[in-house]
Amino acid sequence: MHIPDGFLSVPVSVACAGLSTAALGAATFRAHKVLGPRAVARVGVTAAFVFAAQMLNFPVAGGTSGHLIGGVLAAVLLGPSVALVVMTAVLVLQCLVFGDGGILSLGANILNMAVVHPFVGFAIYRLVLGRQSPSALRGARPIAALAFASWTATVAAAATCAGELALSRVAAPLVILSAMVGVHAVIGLGEAVISAFVLAALIRLRPERVDRAGSSASSVRVASVVVPGLVAALALALFVSPFACTWPDGLERVVQHLGISPAIATLSLSAPLEGYAVPGMGSGLRTTALAGALGTLLVFGACLVLGLGLSPRRMRDHTQPPRR
Amino acid sequence: MSGTHLLRSYAHLDSPIHRVRAGTKLLITLLFVVGVVLVPVAHPLWTCAAIALLVAVVLAARLPLSAFLARLALSQPFVLGVAVLALFQGRGLAVFAALALKSTACVAAVQLFAHVTPFYDLLEVLRRARVPSALVLALALLHRYLFVVLEESRRMHRARTARTWQASGWSTWKSLASVIAVSFVRSTARAERISIAMRARGWS
Repeated sequence: MHIPDGFLSVPVSVACAGLSTAALGAATFRAHKVLGPRAVARVGVTAAFVFAAQMLNFPVAGGTSGHLIGGVLAAVLLGPSVALVVMTAVLVLQCLVFGDGGILSLGANILNMAVVHPFVGFAIYRLVLGRQSPSALRGARPIAALAFASWTATVAAAATCAGELALSRVAAPLVILSAMVGVHAVIGLGEAVISAFVLAALIRLRPERVDRAGSSASSVRVASVVVPGLVAALALALFVSPFACTWPDGLERVVQHLGISPAIATLSLSAPLEGYAVPGMGSGLRTTALAGALGTLLVFGACLVLGLGLSPRRMRDHTQPPRR
Repeated sequence: MSGTHLLRSYAHLDSPIHRVRAGTKLLITLLFVVGVVLVPVAHPLWTCAAIALLVAVVLAARLPLSAFLARLALSQPFVLGVAVLALFQGRGLAVFAALALKSTACVAAVQLFAHVTPFYDLLEVLRRARVPSALVLALALLHRYLFVVLEESRRMHRARTARTWQASGWSTWKSLASVIAVSFVRSTARAERISIAMRARGWS
């Protein structure tokens, strides 16, 4: 999802850089408060871990391979503000030292993968986890919650990315949004499964380590998580809002592309300001929204199954003598 | 287990370009990218001129050309994937060509910068640009331990593969996941040790 330079316009890049700098400043402050003097070493070495984890490919069907993004996993294990600083460090190094992702679009990449990805993911994780104490990771729920959060966060980051591209007028907003979200709804499945596997392995290997890692995340007050999450959602809505406007040129192409009858197309184009009120397009959007909601529910169900399948079996109680 | 070639850097070579100060190079790269982004779609010749300039600098920097091009080709799927979306609009082909050309030029510029700038010079630039010192130190630690963690997880993965008879499908994912999990546990323990060592030597 690293956007190279050349796609984003200068104003969009500068705006994104401003937003990410503000978020990074707040998160650095917060991370220092949570971790104290250990913060620097913790951020540096866990960033090395995330970077290395991103380099390990796993095979996906058809000879292709995928890798972890790791933002949500980092947010769950370290707390969202530490995860933001960690992901930023990874992105800066990837850009400036290894030439991966653009320099001008670094701000946008940080916004997508270091701000939106961990924060949306963590908010969803806490939402699904509900009242269960986050420091006591037991049973299927944390794994299912992490899987679903990883998928949602990947899609949200892709939508933000699409918004940035659309604001830079790369192509018609609807085309970009559907392409990015469509592709990343599939990529997100890989992210969800591998994150769930990693959390399950961690709980199995070192439950006390996860508890300790989780406790630094659990010291984060719910409000301080939900508020940035809401802000991120609002930013997302602002980015996506251009999609609601009709963009005659692009819309025409989309309409032709989808094979909607020319009569409806001309109707929608003759009334560009009443884009949503047009019956043909309106029901089209509604169908898309319905399909999206159904897909999300399906993924949620799959995540529950995954959580149940991966949750560690209850340890046999060795303190009781076996009954005759 | 691909990826080593992604981390190969030619910043240790020597050429007139390598000897330019890192801050100057960063500024020039940024200006170059902004310049290319600002070229309107109707004037592709300007982008071509920029690419010609870039090729001259790559040659002057004496970078191994085949490695440079191979690395550039790796970025093409995303570039072309996004540029193709531009086909769905008026004058689609012109926009597609302009976007692909511009973006390739920018990717090459960033690659060039990465290959001619030693990492510690870059840290010095960041420090002088008033990036918070904690962040610069975290970046230094990240670069220092990246190869350690990567090598460690590769070794674990290789050991695991050697002991698994023809792993495929889910078991590959499972073994990779346990490698990542163990790698995380080791990283937190290592961070703890490093921080204790730093404080023992008077860092605060």
